[in-house]
Formats: sequence, structure tokens, C-alpha cells
Amino acid sequence: MGCLVNTTFSHGLKAGSSIAIGYFPVAITFGLLAKTTGLSIIEATAMSLFVYAGASQYMALSLLATGVAPWLIVTNTFIVNIRHFLMTAALSEKVEPAPKWKKAIYAFGITDESFSILATQKGRVTTAFTFGVALIAYSSWVIFTAVGHVIGANLPQFLQQAMSVALYAMFIGLLVPSMKGNRKVVLLAATAAAIHCVLYYFHLLSTGWSILVATLASAIFVEILYAKSNKNVERFTAKKEDN
Amino acid sequence: MGASYWWMLLGMAIATYLPRMIPLTVLDGKELPPIVSGVLRNIPYAVLGALIFPAILHIQDDILFGIIGAVVAFAIAFIGLDVMFVVIGTIAALAIYSLF
Repeated sequence: MGCLVNTTFSHGLKAGSSIAIGYFPVAITFGLLAKTTGLSIIEATAMSLFVYAGASQYMALSLLATGVAPWLIVTNTFIVNIRHFLMTAALSEKVEPAPKWKKAIYAFGITDESFSILATQKGRVTTAFTFGVALIAYSSWVIFTAVGHVIGANLPQFLQQAMSVALYAMFIGLLVPSMKGNRKVVLLAATAAAIHCVLYYFHLLSTGWSILVATLASAIFVEILYAKSNKNVERFTAKKEDN
Repeated sequence: MGASYWWMLLGMAIATYLPRMIPLTVLDGKELPPIVSGVLRNIPYAVLGALIFPAILHIQDDILFGIIGAVVAFAIAFIGLDVMFVVIGTIAALAIYSLF
């Protein structure tokens, strides 16, 4: 991740700044879409301030536009965010021990992006570092939602289109460094992507569920695969020693 | 939007916060069976794969748009540049593409 030191709050701010910059176009686009959906600047910014979940917020806008009932939007939000159960469960092994109230606060700042930054650090991450990553990313998300509401519509059309890739480019930028020289990581990402494609193109599940199913299936399958091959290696070396 | 918007926002906020908060505070670094922690360690890479595909291919009606975006982003990231350069570079490439 380019950041080898990961202990202090300011290290966290630095590591999180690439997310903050990545959020800029994503949040601007959200603010712009919110305006065209009919939300006031207060309503749009409040969603970023209190919900803080890019994928859910984009989905809420498109559902609001089609007049879907609020409780159904809340239900969808929950389904889309079930994957965070997996992420924060994984993170609970990664963060240093800390009082629960501190964890309950920085838990609010765990997004796909901040999670990826934290989870791909070497070794354990400190509480101060986690707060730094979370704070700078969150600030960027909230501020640029408001900015997008004000200026978004003035951006040229070709730029608005190009900015729709921002979220995914960020995911790729977070994934690729870990893929290099690590076949297990490549296999995990490729398997999950393949399963998700099957579920998506055959309309088997809604997006929120299919991300969850694809992720879990890939993580379990690859783990079993590696556990088996490790056992085989152990058996093989044990036999050699016998001889 | 009226009062129902704010109730919806409250519901969305809770539905987003609980999945983030519960595992961190309940598991709280407890020792898990090796196979479970193995699976948990795999989650970040699997989830990124599932988040990227197939969604990136459908960001615009023109599927080539998403394909170009994916290829450029992978290329920039593979060179070893930081995440923000991946984001900015991909947007720039697609901006040029949609101009022509």
C-alpha cells in the first residue's frame, strides 16, 4: 500500500488519503444524482453523514426515484450491507485489542475501501491508525456529497460519465497489489467474481445477497482447497523423513 | 421529501451500522478455530472480486466503456501506482474515450 508504517493517527490519515481522493468523484456523482432525484442539499448530505455507505446510497436513490416504499429501501440497505458482517468479523482478528466503545465508534467508519486498506496492512493495525483512515475517508465522503449537489450538474457530460468508474477503479487499485505473486489471492478474487457473474446473469439472487454468497463460497472453497493441499504436502514430507 | 425521508434515513443508518459494529465488539479478538479464521482472512480478496465483477462492465450502457475502464485500472495498478492514481488515471482514460 506504499505505507509501511501503520501505527499513529497521522499514518492512518496518510494511508486513508488515497481513499479520500478516490471518494471525491464517487461522492460528487452521488450529490449530483441526489439533486436530480429531488433531494435537497441537507437531505443528500444527511444521508452521507448518517448512513455512509456508497453502494446503499446509490441504490436508495434509484429506488426513491421509482417510488419504492421507504421500509423496502431500508430492507435493501440491510441486505446490501450484510457483507460488512464478514468484513468486520475478519477485522476483529486484525485490529489491536481496545475498549469496546472505541471499536463501536470506529466501526461506523468501516467501508469496503477503509476495510481493504486496513485488512491489507502488514501485521496488526492500531486503534489510532484505524481512526485516522476512517476519519479522512468519512470527511471526504460527506464534504464532496455537498459539493456534488452544488456543482455536479455543471460538470461536462463526458466527465460525469467517466466518473461513474471511480468506485470500481478504487476496488481494483486496492486488490491488485495483493494479487502480485500470490496465487491464493488471485484465485479468491477470480472465484468470487465468477460466482457473482453466474448469479447475476442468470438472475438467481438480488445484488446484495449474491455479493454475500459469492464472497463466502469463494473464501470457503479456496480455504478447503489449500487446507487439503497443505495436508498432502505434510504427508509427503513426513513419508520422506520416514525413508 | 417529507418526514418519511428522515425515518427512512434512520432505518438505513441502523441497517448499515449494525453489521459494522456487532462482529467487532462481540468477537473482540476472540480465538477462533483455524479454519474459521482462515476463511475470514480470505474475505477481503474474495469480496473485492465480487464487488468489481460484473458491476464494472455495466456502469454505462456501452459495455466497452466498462471493459476499457477495467483494463486501464488493472494496468495502472499492476505497474504499482497508488490507489488514487488508479482512480484518476482510469477516469482520465474514460473521459478521453467518451470524447471520441
